[in-house]
Amino acid sequence: MSTRTVEMELRTPVVDATGRITNVPLGIPRRPSEHVSDDFGAEHMLVNIGPQHPATHGVLRLVVELEGETVRRVVPHVGYLHSGFEKLGEYRQYNQIIPLTDRTDYLAPMANNIALALAVEALMGIEITERCRLLRVIAMEMSRIISHLVWAGTTGIDLGAFTPFLWMFQERERVYNLQEAWTGARLTTSVSRVGGMMADVPDGWEAGLREFVTSFPKTLHEVDTMFTRNALWIGRTQGVGVINGADATNWSLSGPMLRASGVDYDVRKDRPYLGYDEFDFDVPIGVHGDVYDRYRVRLEEMFQSNRIIEQALDRLRPGPVNVSDPRVILPPKSRAMSDMEAMIFHFKQVMEGIKPPAGEVYMGVENPKGELGYYMVSDGSAKPVRWRIRPPSFINLSVLPRLCEGALLSDVIAINASVDIVMGEVDR
Amino acid sequence: MTPELKGFIFFSAIKMLVVFTTVLVGVALLTLMERKVAGWIQNRPGPNRVGPWGILQPAADGIKNFIKEETLPAGANRGLFLLAPALSFIPAVSLMAVVPLAAPLPVTVDWTLPLIGQLTWDGPMPMVVADLSIGFLFVLAISSLGVYGVALAGWSSNSKYSLLGGLRASAQMISYEVAMGLSLIPVLLLTGNVALSEVVTRQQEGLWFVGPLFISFFIFVISGFAETNRLPFDMPEAESELVAGYHAEYSAMKFSLFMIGEFAHIVTIAAMIATLYFGGWDIPFTTWDTQGGVLQTVLTFLAFFVKMFFWIFVVMWIRWTLPRFRYDQLMSLGWKVLLPIALAYIMVTAGTIWGIGQTLPEASPVMQSLVLLGLNVVLGWLLFYWLDRGRVVSGVGARTPVQLRVEA
Repeated sequence: MSTRTVEMELRTPVVDATGRITNVPLGIPRRPSEHVSDDFGAEHMLVNIGPQHPATHGVLRLVVELEGETVRRVVPHVGYLHSGFEKLGEYRQYNQIIPLTDRTDYLAPMANNIALALAVEALMGIEITERCRLLRVIAMEMSRIISHLVWAGTTGIDLGAFTPFLWMFQERERVYNLQEAWTGARLTTSVSRVGGMMADVPDGWEAGLREFVTSFPKTLHEVDTMFTRNALWIGRTQGVGVINGADATNWSLSGPMLRASGVDYDVRKDRPYLGYDEFDFDVPIGVHGDVYDRYRVRLEEMFQSNRIIEQALDRLRPGPVNVSDPRVILPPKSRAMSDMEAMIFHFKQVMEGIKPPAGEVYMGVENPKGELGYYMVSDGSAKPVRWRIRPPSFINLSVLPRLCEGALLSDVIAINASVDIVMGEVDR
Repeated sequence: MTPELKGFIFFSAIKMLVVFTTVLVGVALLTLMERKVAGWIQNRPGPNRVGPWGILQPAADGIKNFIKEETLPAGANRGLFLLAPALSFIPAVSLMAVVPLAAPLPVTVDWTLPLIGQLTWDGPMPMVVADLSIGFLFVLAISSLGVYGVALAGWSSNSKYSLLGGLRASAQMISYEVAMGLSLIPVLLLTGNVALSEVVTRQQEGLWFVGPLFISFFIFVISGFAETNRLPFDMPEAESELVAGYHAEYSAMKFSLFMIGEFAHIVTIAAMIATLYFGGWDIPFTTWDTQGGVLQTVLTFLAFFVKMFFWIFVVMWIRWTLPRFRYDQLMSLGWKVLLPIALAYIMVTAGTIWGIGQTLPEASPVMQSLVLLGLNVVLGWLLFYWLDRGRVVSGVGARTPVQLRVEA
């Protein structure tokens, strides 16, 4: 068994319980070329932003080395919200993993649920029904809208504009009410099942959603008025945190972070799933790769998601939601009680779980934060041997230290907001 | 002690008491108003639990702040830490002393009171605690003192966030004081006096200075906002960056003093804008209000109150609308934009006034004001045209709006 040495070279002065000032190690790794000194003197200052701080979007901790107000280095410390979801998944049957996915990117739970169901269905080769497919598209785009709404609102707060946050949350509340009506839960939806959904949408739900998609763009236009041509907003965001397309690709960024840099990559277009290629929507591409372009891209994506939902609602017809495959979907209770074969399937599924064939699968979907990938290895049993998440937030966050170098302290907050992280997914 | 002196002291004490109490109570109510305005802008009701329409919310907040624990951070400089809130609070509430609140009230009094003895007052009673001859210079001087409170609070808290907040605050307030002071020189040029009562009189004779001295007004409003340390200039607090900036380590009543100071500053700035540029207690289009009388005093006070309140509302409106500046943008706005404009404007105004004196020696104040107004319309248009070309905040027009390449 090998051991790993963690170097703790830097120290920062803190006040201990007795009021004396002592130096404690901070754990910033230094490059070998740099002069190592515990004492910053009067030149540099270490500021610890987080894990409890208004602008770190959860429990992210940023250790910032400042020279005046200029940032020399940023070291993100992650792991405060580590829950071991991937390991837990290895001890769960496939449908039992779905509640875990709720808690990774908890700002877009339905998208995660569906991505997991898609992965398992790809492993088993199941064709879902048309109504299920459209409902999933709707759920995916609803997730994108609420996630981007939270993003735009909190970014506004980070830059000092509080009001749009509440406008955004009022719209988000309407989506949450729809989620609640459908799944009974607002945050931990667990909406999908392998081969279908946990339930069909209730009566009147489609009308409620249609009312939302018709009135929602009005709020977006209001936000557009508040921000897009606002000199303060532009001054705070343009030219801040710039990354070009080649670098963005090399850092493996995805989602709006990547597209704002001008790279035209969207999983929905490039590796279509759920029949996204049948929908008429545009992918906004930025030019400059700065915070402002990320804002524009996300704002436009909300309009496009709205369009997709409208089209999906137009196509939605009554019909079965779940596949009629006794391997993955429980037979109706009435049949299980009267029909011998149905009872056997019911028993086997409840007692043994869903058993995909041995093999492995990678399912990438376009989540609000970027490309969410679920890699699953099955040995033919009811539980995955390995479940690995490709978390878009975590990978996008990895570029933060680079983006922040040489920026001002205020820019760190703006850049961190523009990356759009959710710590449940970063730490998993 | 003569009866006249006694009368002066007696009435001054009463005015002091009234103004000070009104400011403190008003500030408490302003916190409620701010939250109600915020609620209105954000489609929510605002505080409505304590008392009818939440009217007792300030009292509840006050009680809460009184009974909370006072904390002192480890390693803090105790003396300065305790002194800073007072240094921030006292200048802010003492500024209202020089603002004329209404038309002078003619009073004739000859009273004999127990303990005090005979006191008399004859003639118009100025509705101002102290009609200082140094007028707005006093306001500039005293409001500058507020920076000590903020800087010392930031330094003495022994916290990095506070220190950064204090540093930002002192740099910001000092920078914007320069622009603010220079923006008032045109007012001085036009009035020939710094006493605020003279400024009001001059505006009654001519036009309200917001017209003839529009650019000076524009600079004063911006610097005034910066002086209050509120959005979009709230760098010293910058909740999302520095948690709460210079008052991050303060709790209970010490924190309250900072808040009261901030709101008192808003009142002062609103009162100063109303007095310097909107005619003070002047009721427009009539000279009836200068005749003197109880009704005149009451109505002019209302006029002043309405103007002041409007500007308080504007301060809050902007607070809940705009994002905040970045520190370097704030500095460049102050030093590279407002200061040169203010300097150039002094030259232009002085030149125009001299030119009017040369060409139209008989010109009435209204005539003079109208000429300046015409000039300011042109200058204002040019200024905003220039500002909108994006040379200020690294730009509205610095680049074309983002082209979203849209894939078919």
